[in-house]
Amino acid sequence: MSTSVAFEKARSDDRAALVGYLPAGFPDVDGSIAALEAMVAAGCDVIEVGLPYSDPVMDGPTIQAAAQQALEGGFRVRDVFRTVEAVAATGTPAVVMTYWNPVERYGVERFARDLAGAGGAGLITPDLTPDSDPHWPSAADAHDLDKVYLVAPSSTDERIAMTVAACRGFVYATAVMGVTGARTTTSELAEPLVARTKAATGLPVGVGLGVSTGDQAAEIAAYADAVIVGSAFVRTLLDHGDDRAGGLRALTVLTEDLADGVRRG
Amino acid sequence: MTDLTTAPASALTGAPTSYDADEQGWFGDFGGRFMPEALVAALDELTVAWREAVADPAFMAEFDAIQRDYAGTPSRLYDAERLTRRIGGARILLKREDLNHTGAHKIRNVLGQALLTKRMGKSRVIAETGAGQHGVASATAAAYFELDCTVYMGAVDTRRQALNVARMELLGAKVVPVESGSATLKDAINEAMRDWVASVDHTAYLFGTAAGPHPFPSMVRDFTRGIGDEAREQCLELTGRLPDAVAACVGGGSNAIGLFTAFLDDPEVRIYGFEPGGDGVETGRHAATIHAGDSGVLHGARTFVLQDEDGQTVESHSISAGLDYPGVGPQHAHLAKTGRAEYRPVTDAQSMDALALLARTEGIIPAIESAHALAGAFDVARELGPDATVLINLSGRGDKDMETAREWFALGEKTQEQV
Repeated sequence: MSTSVAFEKARSDDRAALVGYLPAGFPDVDGSIAALEAMVAAGCDVIEVGLPYSDPVMDGPTIQAAAQQALEGGFRVRDVFRTVEAVAATGTPAVVMTYWNPVERYGVERFARDLAGAGGAGLITPDLTPDSDPHWPSAADAHDLDKVYLVAPSSTDERIAMTVAACRGFVYATAVMGVTGARTTTSELAEPLVARTKAATGLPVGVGLGVSTGDQAAEIAAYADAVIVGSAFVRTLLDHGDDRAGGLRALTVLTEDLADGVRRG
Repeated sequence: MTDLTTAPASALTGAPTSYDADEQGWFGDFGGRFMPEALVAALDELTVAWREAVADPAFMAEFDAIQRDYAGTPSRLYDAERLTRRIGGARILLKREDLNHTGAHKIRNVLGQALLTKRMGKSRVIAETGAGQHGVASATAAAYFELDCTVYMGAVDTRRQALNVARMELLGAKVVPVESGSATLKDAINEAMRDWVASVDHTAYLFGTAAGPHPFPSMVRDFTRGIGDEAREQCLELTGRLPDAVAACVGGGSNAIGLFTAFLDDPEVRIYGFEPGGDGVETGRHAATIHAGDSGVLHGARTFVLQDEDGQTVESHSISAGLDYPGVGPQHAHLAKTGRAEYRPVTDAQSMDALALLARTEGIIPAIESAHALAGAFDVARELGPDATVLINLSGRGDKDMETAREWFALGEKTQEQV
């Protein structure tokens, strides 16, 4: 199931899509599945399932803490497929966001096969650019999976053109020069980046990094096809600690606020 | 006879070798660039600036002058007669990088990168450090070139190496303890990269070893290859021929690649890298990445990595903080795979024995890192016999390691009893 289904639906509703992220295995595997199901029920159009990794150079303290908790809790790469399967069963597309080494270690072709087998839509690869490695595009194409690469405010127009040409599903535009984490104001760099990206592709363009409120989502939804939220969801669960039910309720409230935001944009 | 103190033997003019990376930074199957897109423009900019700089005679003249007048290179090649007699094998020559300013080969790399930073018009540098040697060298270069400097250091290491934290602060650098992950060198690199993503427009990342994404492995090699270029010439002058073997310790591998490069296309010269074997490779407590790791991607390059079956990085162990790293420079991975260089593990205990032996026979206290090269090369010297010559890179001095040595050898206890 490609993410394009969800983007087409949002477009037909004349609104941006809401993409929600949580790491698999956080607070534990079943807990992450319950949280993701709550996010789907409250209005996420696409789910990003993070794959916890020991050296997450693109992540700020919030997602680092969640990934570390997942790894200390015994998370295994195969658990990501069970998580994806649960999300896909709701009818909402699930993409996996992962640093490259766990995929390479698992076997690129085998990872693509197992992800497709679990009903996954594709991969977002924060430390893999289309010119890094030729194995992923061929494996993804063989299994009909989305390839979501990142563009950044520092990307040249030439690199944006090269990157979007390699993408399938959507393009991930990083709104700030920095790592993941909630920020109080939206970035001034995002809108011009989206404009440069849209000039190079007809694919949907999602904006991530730093979005945490419905008002920020509305601002971004005015010019982007999707609003991507990660750290704010993770922070909500972290703040509730062992109070799982309270965490899920807070997650629902946050998702509803963001889903309302993408409809106001 | 050439006078090496005035010869214009630029460390940057060395010839290409058969083991260099291609345009994209690939050494055969290893290297490349696995990085966030946000940093690609900066890495491209750095690649262009580095290539232009090394082709610019004015830059090279300034680089050479600073290395000579400030860092104190060329370092001497010392004919270690007492050590040779004691080991009872090949003639042993020591490349005295321990006598450079700040006490190790690291100064060569940071002066090159800091000079390039000035040329690129950036005002701030960041660095990671394990034991603190690269951090101290970076803080030194930052003071010299009037750059702001922030050094990321694992919180565990800031406690193990408190004196080096003090040195960095005295030199004007800000030291940031990193608490995430295992709170050691690999996490300091992660944190420096996170800083760099957010600061790349005005900040240069002074990478401390010949690892990481392209162009760092090749650029750091270029800035450190003076070690081997000098040693090759010095050995020819002293002995009339090339050494039969060259040896260096390998953590990330900057001092080793700095030495090896000059000899890569001399097939008669055997090349040995000695990896930190910790408590012994069989115990699992080691950092012998080439010997016991598997191909993977860490810190922006494909190389050998200590990792579990899920590709999560495994914590390394070595008595030497400067070698305690679960990855290795990609050119070393390539040299190992092609068989051009041989990499062997050396344990903590073997290294400490070699450290004490050099102290007693030659009156030189080496860094524990360099003691790994000594211990491994002693075996090579015995294998090759008295007609051969073995050239060892004494990459750093041991002052920073005195606390470890004091505990290991129970030094000072008899004196304490007498008092």
